[in-house]
Amino acid sequence: MSSAMYERMRANPKFQELVARRGRFAWTLAFVVLAMFYGFVMVVAFAPASLGQPVSEGSKLTVGVAAELFMFIFFWVLTAVYVRRANSEFDSLTQEIVKEAWKEQK
Amino acid sequence: MMRKLTAALALLSLPVLALAADAVGATEKQATNWHAIIMFCVFVALTMGITYWAASRTKSTADFYTAGGGITGFQNGLAIAGDYMSAATLLGLTAMVYTQGYDGYIYMLCFFAGWPIILFLMAERLRNLGRFTFSDITAYRLDQGKVRTMAAISSLTVVCFYLIAQMVGAGQLIKLLFGLDYNVAIFAVGILMMVYVTFGGMVATTWVQIIKAVMLLSGGTLVMILAMSQFGFSFTTLMEKATAVHKLGDKLMYPGALLKDPVTAISLGLGLMFGTAGLPHILMRFFTVTDAKEARKSVLYASGFVAYFFNVIFLMGLAGILIVGQNPEFFEGGTVGGKLIGGGNMVAMHLAKAVGGNMLLGFLAAVAFATILAVVSGLALAGASAISHDIYARVIKKGQASEAAEIRVSKIATICLGFVAIILGILFEKQNIAFMVGLAFGVAAAANFPVLILSMYWKGLTTRGALVGGYSGLVSAVLFVLFSKSVWVDVLGNKAALFPYTQPALFAMPIAFILAYIFSKTDSSVRAREEVEAFEDQYVRAQTGFGAAAASSH
Repeated sequence: MSSAMYERMRANPKFQELVARRGRFAWTLAFVVLAMFYGFVMVVAFAPASLGQPVSEGSKLTVGVAAELFMFIFFWVLTAVYVRRANSEFDSLTQEIVKEAWKEQK
Repeated sequence: MMRKLTAALALLSLPVLALAADAVGATEKQATNWHAIIMFCVFVALTMGITYWAASRTKSTADFYTAGGGITGFQNGLAIAGDYMSAATLLGLTAMVYTQGYDGYIYMLCFFAGWPIILFLMAERLRNLGRFTFSDITAYRLDQGKVRTMAAISSLTVVCFYLIAQMVGAGQLIKLLFGLDYNVAIFAVGILMMVYVTFGGMVATTWVQIIKAVMLLSGGTLVMILAMSQFGFSFTTLMEKATAVHKLGDKLMYPGALLKDPVTAISLGLGLMFGTAGLPHILMRFFTVTDAKEARKSVLYASGFVAYFFNVIFLMGLAGILIVGQNPEFFEGGTVGGKLIGGGNMVAMHLAKAVGGNMLLGFLAAVAFATILAVVSGLALAGASAISHDIYARVIKKGQASEAAEIRVSKIATICLGFVAIILGILFEKQNIAFMVGLAFGVAAAANFPVLILSMYWKGLTTRGALVGGYSGLVSAVLFVLFSKSVWVDVLGNKAALFPYTQPALFAMPIAFILAYIFSKTDSSVRAREEVEAFEDQYVRAQTGFGAAAASSH
């Protein structure tokens, strides 16, 4: 029974749309996080001295601390953006797909 | 019987605490801290009450492993934060900022950066596919027996490494507060944990974690605010003074000794990020919520709390350089710059005492104690579920075990794990605990994460590929750690390390991924073809949540 339901859902063009849209969104965000984080790790690994510089002349705030603080905030904002879209747009699309598969069964 | 035992153990813990107070009275160095003792007792009484209540609600295996799947996103977010921010976070990372400055902050970003990735790529699939343990997902379309055995072994390895860090933290902390013998402290923690998990299961564990997360966040914030008030809440003033007195000077804010070579830095980044996504006790928390929507919310709340608290820790560590590091009261023999009383991990505790007196020290100590108990309980539950749900119910009994038998086995497993934790805690007394957690993460990243992510994303994964990938990741990560300086030289007393780096992830992760790929690709058995075909249904379920385990009625 279950397998037939899965088959119908897979055949629904909305399923393809959900997978494509959510996949693109999730991977874009993941790529941004990975690129920034490993970019930062590379700087730690190969140019550590640059992180110890002050952000401006005479400032006690260093580039490294500022960059990390930014990433802490920015990454969290990205999680909020994803949760907002997934819990509204993607979830209602998912519900439609499941509902339509049930309907077809009857 | 269960109720009587809980009550008996609650009573039993009181004389232990009283005894502890006597022991302190005998040594002059640490005065009896009644605030701490009273807050300890209040916490133990409160959590025992919760365990008693939870025991009456824990009947089925779903109750025991996942609290019936009825935890909300916000509750679970707090519980995940409570599970994730361990004693190593509070004590070890504050100490790391205190001694190494910026290195500690880098560590914390590495600990944090895994969370967005878990949300984007894993959270909803975990909830849609899993039921009790993450092996439910890896074994979804593969050979149940073999894949579950492998996942259980690697889970238990991670749990043991992580337990070491927690137990060592517990021993040091209670030793400092009560003057209790280290080994006695370890036994107390081990036994309390066994009571929470065996009687209260996931319900008690979750609430212990939630209460602890609230205590940790508020306690840490209070210490940070009081400490920063001494510097007029100015980061600039704090930094000026800290760099002026710290032995690293201006180098305090440079990546330093811990990450002196690029390989270590990259390996650490990989290990902490993907290790988070492979920790069995964290993954298990995703099965306690109602649906994928709540699973996503859990990550949002959890990562918010974690990010906030890491920044609090950073400020605490920096403030500690001045407030603790310049005060002879906190050094053995009163020599500034000598050995800190209670060991290097006690910076956060001394800071609490310096800014808020014995009352705040007592509170933060109770928080740290609660932290250890909460994390250890989560670990024990994850370890026990690997033994009872994966090995006993699915491998040995082939899915034919009764619920009552499965719960009984997980309770026995919890007690065994408690004793393992006690023994490991005693063996690893002298290790830096933050470092130990790094090792646990390395194993999680190399053994659990590759197989889990491939099983969800790559249709070509077969049983053979998963087994070879998982075992090779596990064995290589463990061997790299064993042959590194931290175990081969520091624990086993050999002269030189056989493996030059302390972080295994950069080497062990590719081994697992590449071998999983090669051995899946070359697998031409009939079974392999069926497994690849079965991916289609799994994929639809992962995407839509149709057929996912639902929350039970209460």
